[in-house]
Amino acid sequence: MDNVTFGITMLICGMGGTIVVLWLMSLVMGLLGKLFPEKPAKKEA
Amino acid sequence: MIDAIMSGFGGLTVGFQMLAGEWRNTIMLFVGFGLLYLGIKKDAEPLLLVPIGFGCILANIPLSDVMSQEGFIRSLYNAGIATELFPLLIFVGIGAMTDFGPVLAQPSTFLLGAAGQFGIFLTLILALALGFPQLDAVSIGIIGACDGPTAIYVTSKYAPHLLGAVSVAAYSYMSLVPIIQPPIMRFLTTKKEREIVMKSVAKPVSRTTKMLFPLVITILGGIIAPKGLPLLGTIMLGNLMRESGVVSRLTKASENEIANIVTLFLGLTIGATMVGSAFIRSETLIILALGFLAICLDTVCGVLFGKLMSVMTGGKVNPLIGAAGISAFPMAARVVQREGARWNKKSYLLMHAMGANAGGQIGSVIAAAVMLSVLAGMGIIR
Repeated sequence: MDNVTFGITMLICGMGGTIVVLWLMSLVMGLLGKLFPEKPAKKEA
Repeated sequence: MIDAIMSGFGGLTVGFQMLAGEWRNTIMLFVGFGLLYLGIKKDAEPLLLVPIGFGCILANIPLSDVMSQEGFIRSLYNAGIATELFPLLIFVGIGAMTDFGPVLAQPSTFLLGAAGQFGIFLTLILALALGFPQLDAVSIGIIGACDGPTAIYVTSKYAPHLLGAVSVAAYSYMSLVPIIQPPIMRFLTTKKEREIVMKSVAKPVSRTTKMLFPLVITILGGIIAPKGLPLLGTIMLGNLMRESGVVSRLTKASENEIANIVTLFLGLTIGATMVGSAFIRSETLIILALGFLAICLDTVCGVLFGKLMSVMTGGKVNPLIGAAGISAFPMAARVVQREGARWNKKSYLLMHAMGANAGGQIGSVIAAAVMLSVLAGMGIIR
């Protein structure tokens, strides 16, 4: 594979892949944060 | 008898004779002293630079056999670098030390962690343009991850002859983040942007979410980028131990004893790869320059992404936090806080920057994992 093809493939798939994976992670973690919210501490009687 | 005595003395002076003949080793002795100076006097990543500097000195003393087949540092190299074990053990410690709470409180900061990885890929292209072979270019680009263990992991696997230069660049520039980043941040932002006050993110994160985080990241990241699973898996194992709170002995051992011992061995072995004949080449200077550029490009892209977020949120985001989307944790976040406070005393960016910085920590590992899987997909590596 020539260097131009290699470089452009790495930029598109590598950087694109990184953004997509982190975006997916942010979505999943946002969802988990909503599913399992921090419960306020119970006041002692 | 005189002859025998003279021969005996000759044995004691042969090192000096070789030192005069091998000028590159002599220069490397000074490089070793320079690294020790940076670590001891300037407090620049001393945990790594002190053993690296000393390893460099040990390997460049004439007739030194520390890196011969039976040498003690060669044994460490074979056991921990050639097998990629040392950087992975360090990652368990990093996972155990890192609180990902700030990024979980504001998951959108994961994207700042992605923007901070642009430098890796742009530098890779530059290295290719300068004529480096493809896998060498990958190892040079990974300096832009601003993450020593990741750089060592990738380089030891695919370009071990560049290990010394890449590691020294990664750790030296990481320690120079407070000097490298502020001028770029000021150049790319307006005074008005730098003065933006961001609302505090006091959103608490539940223990369940914190414990699910390492599991989700490992499974999701591992499925998409399986070649990087050792990197992701080890950092997330350390973090799961930390957040579960049930294995405090293992957590403490990972972040203290194991991390300390491995850091010593890692530094010593990397320093010992910096033998004059292999290190003093024009190639090394180019790698150091490209590494510097990689970290500058990370900062540029991070700040530009911060500006984009600022525009999209109607000016609610201070673009300076984009500079924290690199892996130098928590140094980059502190730089952002200091820079923000410098322009607006009411500005408190630390928690936002910590989110971006934690995102950068994950981002650098994900970038390396994705990179390796793309290379495997193209059939360049197995």
